[in-house]
Amino acid sequence: MADEYQPPAIMKLAGRQAWYYLLPAIFVLLIYVVYPSVRTLYLSLRTDDLTAWATAACVEGQPCWGILQNYQKAFTEATVVFRNNAMWIALMVPFVTAAGLGIAVLVDRVSYESLAKAVIFLPMAISFVGASVIWGLVYHWRSEPPQIGLLNAILNGVGVQPVPWTTGGAITATLAMIVVGIWMWTGFSMTILSAALKGVPQELIESARVAGATEFQIFWQVTVPIILPTIVVVLTTMTINVLKIFDIVFVLGKGQPGTQVIATRMYIEQFNQNNTGLSSALAILLILAVLPIGWVNVRRFREQEKIR
Amino acid sequence: MNGLRKFLSKVPLHLVIIGLCLIWIVPTLGTFVTSLRPRQRVLQSGWWTVILPKQDEGEAAYTEYCAECHGSGGQAVDGVDLTSPDLLGEFSRSVQLQILLQDELPDGRPHVETMPSSQELVDTLEYLRQEAGVVEGEELPRLTIQNYVDTLVGYVGRGHWVDECRGVDDPAPGCSGTGWFSRDGMARAFVNSLIVSIPATILPLLFAAFAGYAFSWFDFPGRQWMFVVLVGLQIVPLQMTLIPIFRIYASLGLTGSFLGVWLFHTGFGLPYAIYLTRNFMSALPRDLFESAYLDGASHWTAFWRLAIPLSVPALASLGIFQFLWVWNDLLVALVFLGSGHPVLTWQINNLVGRFTGQHLLAAAAFVSMVLPMIVFFSMQRFFVRGLMAGAVKG
Repeated sequence: MADEYQPPAIMKLAGRQAWYYLLPAIFVLLIYVVYPSVRTLYLSLRTDDLTAWATAACVEGQPCWGILQNYQKAFTEATVVFRNNAMWIALMVPFVTAAGLGIAVLVDRVSYESLAKAVIFLPMAISFVGASVIWGLVYHWRSEPPQIGLLNAILNGVGVQPVPWTTGGAITATLAMIVVGIWMWTGFSMTILSAALKGVPQELIESARVAGATEFQIFWQVTVPIILPTIVVVLTTMTINVLKIFDIVFVLGKGQPGTQVIATRMYIEQFNQNNTGLSSALAILLILAVLPIGWVNVRRFREQEKIR
Repeated sequence: MNGLRKFLSKVPLHLVIIGLCLIWIVPTLGTFVTSLRPRQRVLQSGWWTVILPKQDEGEAAYTEYCAECHGSGGQAVDGVDLTSPDLLGEFSRSVQLQILLQDELPDGRPHVETMPSSQELVDTLEYLRQEAGVVEGEELPRLTIQNYVDTLVGYVGRGHWVDECRGVDDPAPGCSGTGWFSRDGMARAFVNSLIVSIPATILPLLFAAFAGYAFSWFDFPGRQWMFVVLVGLQIVPLQMTLIPIFRIYASLGLTGSFLGVWLFHTGFGLPYAIYLTRNFMSALPRDLFESAYLDGASHWTAFWRLAIPLSVPALASLGIFQFLWVWNDLLVALVFLGSGHPVLTWQINNLVGRFTGQHLLAAAAFVSMVLPMIVFFSMQRFFVRGLMAGAVKG
């Protein structure tokens, strides 16, 4: 514990000065993170013109959640964004984690490991907007040939009807966008998991091998249990990132209401429709979804501090 | 013998890895090739055709389906000159040819025995046009750098900026508002992105270094719980604060100003930046700070002469991460900067909405990717570490 720890002498020096060092950061954080968060919570409980509590927006004879009326609206009018966000998480998080682990295991066995990893990691350097342009070209569709999008050209080549990937249906478009997300983020999980794999003690694997275990058994019964904490970190990090996904859907899902997610709908409600109440309620729902993971982070941090 | 067997046993593994790498690289490669192709070529054919001998394909399709009756020159049937520009003008699209071929000939026979595929129809038409000399295709270069010029100056017309606008007495209507400092151009957007990103990287780095030092080497009440709060603040999504800040900015007249964006990015970079600098600085060798104290050094000296120089690796990773995060951001630029000071991501999103064609979009995307790519290849080690450590942010 921190109490038993004997602080270095320099720490007793001019303790009050600490505030000068902290002041710029605290000032910016209060204005830009703490105050607006509280304010958003307040806005989510008010009508759109901020003149009254949201209860005033209730309509006779329709379900009314009182002061939580904006949340009622969010759950009835914006149901599709929750479905889409759930789809993003359900497909992208496990896939990115599994693909990252799989690639990390494979490239571990070849001499050009760093080159292969660089190729997979590269998409992380570019913007989601850039990735949307790149994949917009892959998904490009025309009602008649020639197809200049790679995917539809391949379909055309094997005699299958080309598919309007991003403009056809909401489900197809969402799946197409999830693929872009996977393309961008697999490098992230691969790098983290690859580092964890390198940390697995070689003696353990050798002794398992000597004991006659197959490579498959070694992977599932030795490697995976050891790197499980890292896998959990990747899973939680990816869940947070996917919950907040904005750019891909904003650029690639243009004009498709069925593909909207929480973050894009929130933007549209506030900046195109002026529905401050509903928009703020969506923001609050977003942080509520992230909160458990934040709590896990704080707990993990405190445990680390105990070990230090 | 043993080495060969070992090599052979690894062949499937190599194939899988190389296949995966290809899947990962091909979309980007395709965009790069597209960015270098003339507009007409991008419309006519996929980017992969740059490596294919295109004309031969059309010739093969023509020979298979048409040459038997129409002759190799296309003029064998009386009154039907397949190389006549007038006739070809009636078939601006391959469907029109397809419809014609489905009809019977005047004597009741089918026009063709087996219907060519859609791609073959396209190839055939293009071949005939080339034979007749009616396509500009022949004069078009295979690859060109002009898309980059057009996108940098903000020209979205059908020609090229250098031909249509620069130094021309009577410029085309599409030339108005184009130029190296044009608001619609990627050149200006590039500069704007730099103006946004550099201070938005330095400010949080500086504030975080101070705060990280305070959390590491100062003893003050609330040190522990304040830092725990900070760990918690890391997960606050950006969306959570957009609306109130937008309202404050609107009342202060900060909307659309660089200052507003710098401060916003600073606010959002800080929780994670402090977390990282604190963890790094508090792990620095304790003896160094002890002896500095014994030598009578103040905190100010210890900070600038010990903590900062020793933290350069951490600050570099953090700086790269923050810089790229700001550089690649769309949402904050959309809300707080907008069209007044368009940055790269904003400008590309704007181009997508204007349906200017894939050749310009591809070039624009590559303009925006140049700097991240350079950073990636030159500082890969710091880069990966920075992105890894900071991936939870925002």
